Amino acid sequence: MTATTEMIRLEKIYKRYYEGKQNELQVLNGIDLVVRKGEFVSIVGESGSGKSTIMNILGVLDRPSEGTYYLDGTDIDTYSDKELSRIRGLKIGFVFQTFNLIGRISARRNIEMPMLYAHVNSKDRALRTDELLDMVGMTDRAKHQPNELSGGQKQRIAIARAMANDPAILLADEPTGALDSKTGRLVMDIFHELHEKRGKTVVLITHSKELAEETQRVITLSDGEIIKERPGRNYAKYYGNKQTAVDTDDYDTIDGEAVDYDEDGFETDDSDDYEIEDFPRSKSGSSTTRRGVRA
Amino acid sequence: MNIGENVLMAISSLRSNKMRALLTMLGIIIGIASVIAIMTVGNSLTGSLTESMQSFGVGNITVSLQSTRASGRGGVGMNIAPSNLMTDAMIDDLTAEYPDEIDVISLSEQVGSGQTVNGRKYANLSLMGVNVGYFTANSIELESGRLITQRDIDNKKNGAVVSSLLAENMFGEEDPIGQTIVINTNSYVDRFTIVGVYTYEASTMGISTSNSADVSTTVYIPLSIAQKVSDAAGYTNFTVVTKAGVNATEFTDKITTFMNRYYSRNDNFEVSAYSMESMVESVTEMLTTVSMAIAAIAAISLLVGGIGVMNIMMVSITERTREIGTRKAIGATNGEIRLQFIVEAIVICLVGGIIGIILGITLGSVAANYLGYSARPSVSVMLLAAGFSMVIGVFFGYYPANKAAKMDPIEALRYE
Repeated sequence: MTATTEMIRLEKIYKRYYEGKQNELQVLNGIDLVVRKGEFVSIVGESGSGKSTIMNILGVLDRPSEGTYYLDGTDIDTYSDKELSRIRGLKIGFVFQTFNLIGRISARRNIEMPMLYAHVNSKDRALRTDELLDMVGMTDRAKHQPNELSGGQKQRIAIARAMANDPAILLADEPTGALDSKTGRLVMDIFHELHEKRGKTVVLITHSKELAEETQRVITLSDGEIIKERPGRNYAKYYGNKQTAVDTDDYDTIDGEAVDYDEDGFETDDSDDYEIEDFPRSKSGSSTTRRGVRA
Repeated sequence: MNIGENVLMAISSLRSNKMRALLTMLGIIIGIASVIAIMTVGNSLTGSLTESMQSFGVGNITVSLQSTRASGRGGVGMNIAPSNLMTDAMIDDLTAEYPDEIDVISLSEQVGSGQTVNGRKYANLSLMGVNVGYFTANSIELESGRLITQRDIDNKKNGAVVSSLLAENMFGEEDPIGQTIVINTNSYVDRFTIVGVYTYEASTMGISTSNSADVSTTVYIPLSIAQKVSDAAGYTNFTVVTKAGVNATEFTDKITTFMNRYYSRNDNFEVSAYSMESMVESVTEMLTTVSMAIAAIAAISLLVGGIGVMNIMMVSITERTREIGTRKAIGATNGEIRLQFIVEAIVICLVGGIIGIILGITLGSVAANYLGYSARPSVSVMLLAAGFSMVIGVFFGYYPANKAAKMDPIEALRYE
């Protein structure tokens, strides 16, 4: 595999908090991970397994304590903090469980925001925003403020915002976690579309077994280590008879017995890194619903 | 992100919480308004005083005898021996020495106060002998007839220029020119023919008298007659009117030097000269200093206002922690976050400052008018106030903004 086909390469990544103090906490314990360009992977694991930490490192919001992170072939350690800000703005799109739209400004302005930081001129900004609003089907809600939108609408705006500068990578941390199954399905379909039609590299953190199985590769994390990598069972099914991009033989089980999985290969724990229990969480996502939307 | 976008963002952020923004601005508004109001009143006072002093003529230089013995200044009275007085010869020499600078010289000799009576009609007056230059130096406006001429002085003709008030009291509707009045002072009685009437201007200080005949006005007679009556051989003071374009302050020094040559061997007296211009300058300077000092005290409230802004910015940043985290995640650099909050603080202060300026000018103008001066808001002070309020914004906005800029994006995104 040549370097150019790799979007993300993590080599022996360790992350420790409170380093050198009595309460030192090791969260990531030597992670090795490669995500190819255009790949759609999901990361699953119990709460506290290090999913969010790995997401922060992938999104260059945080630097590892040890190890090397090559982003599109470049060691991120060579970048200054300011350059990392630019990379977050241009190369990476974040989608959060709690949407994190900026209040008091319109959906439109929210989508424009990354372009403002990327110094895109107002004309191009307007064109791109129209395009993105159309992409997520929110054109008629452009002038609404986030508090006037439903959860699913907010998340669609958030995805449009993540796509503003046409980043190569989308990092989604429980994007359907705060949505009901129907809207969660809708949001997931957008990720599939971005992956399939626009060739985005997508890294998805999720608790939903069904959603994880739709991705090309399911990475299971436990206690800061990758314990299992395997192809998503329903990826091929989801894409119908299209040629899947992944050869399933690439992934061998590392340590299939380390986590208590149910018959589908998922842990049964329903808890969450974000303690927002008020929101309905995607639970079903049955194949009929899925087909209905995709048809 | 450019400044314009930042300003728009700051405005929308302030609009989303109008009451809080207004309360935050209040400190700045009060501070700026009080400084501006005080400066406006001070400026109006200075302007009015300067104007009234200028009506005496800024080009006028008063030359007077000063006792070198007396501890204080001035104090020239009756006890000056005639040999010490300034003479016509000296004044002629001075005029000859500086023909390009001197327009006219104003000389006067006070005779005393008295009355003129005609049957039941009377008028109080003070009698003063003057030369031709006196009218120029004191900007006396002729209403009818003529002024005292050099011929009147040379021929010692008993002509008098009276005030319009006196003319009205004595003659009513009748033409006063050519009328004869008897002037009676403590030491002197004589008959004068009215040759001219000057416009009487009621003193602004306003000594209110029920009967206008009791108001004493000046009657001008030829200097030569007054000198004869007072038995005066010279002058304790006179006024030099300079030509247009002459630097009065500089010329004052020349006159002092010139005149003091006559007094180089006089142990008791010397000549001092001062110009109205330098008087105006020193008065203006003093008033400006006073109003600046009061304004500086008022500016303390600006400091309090600035601290209020800082406080609200700190609250705002804590409230918007998640927003800051999000902005960082979508590509904002620390510098851009810092700029955003500094701009927000500046906008609060600037808007407050502008409201304060408007309020201050209004209050100051009302106060100035109430005190009887025409309001003169100072543009430079307004600009200074606007600039200063921006400086407050930067100063008190920097710390909170920097705090926001240094936030860890992960912590910020996790903030509940």
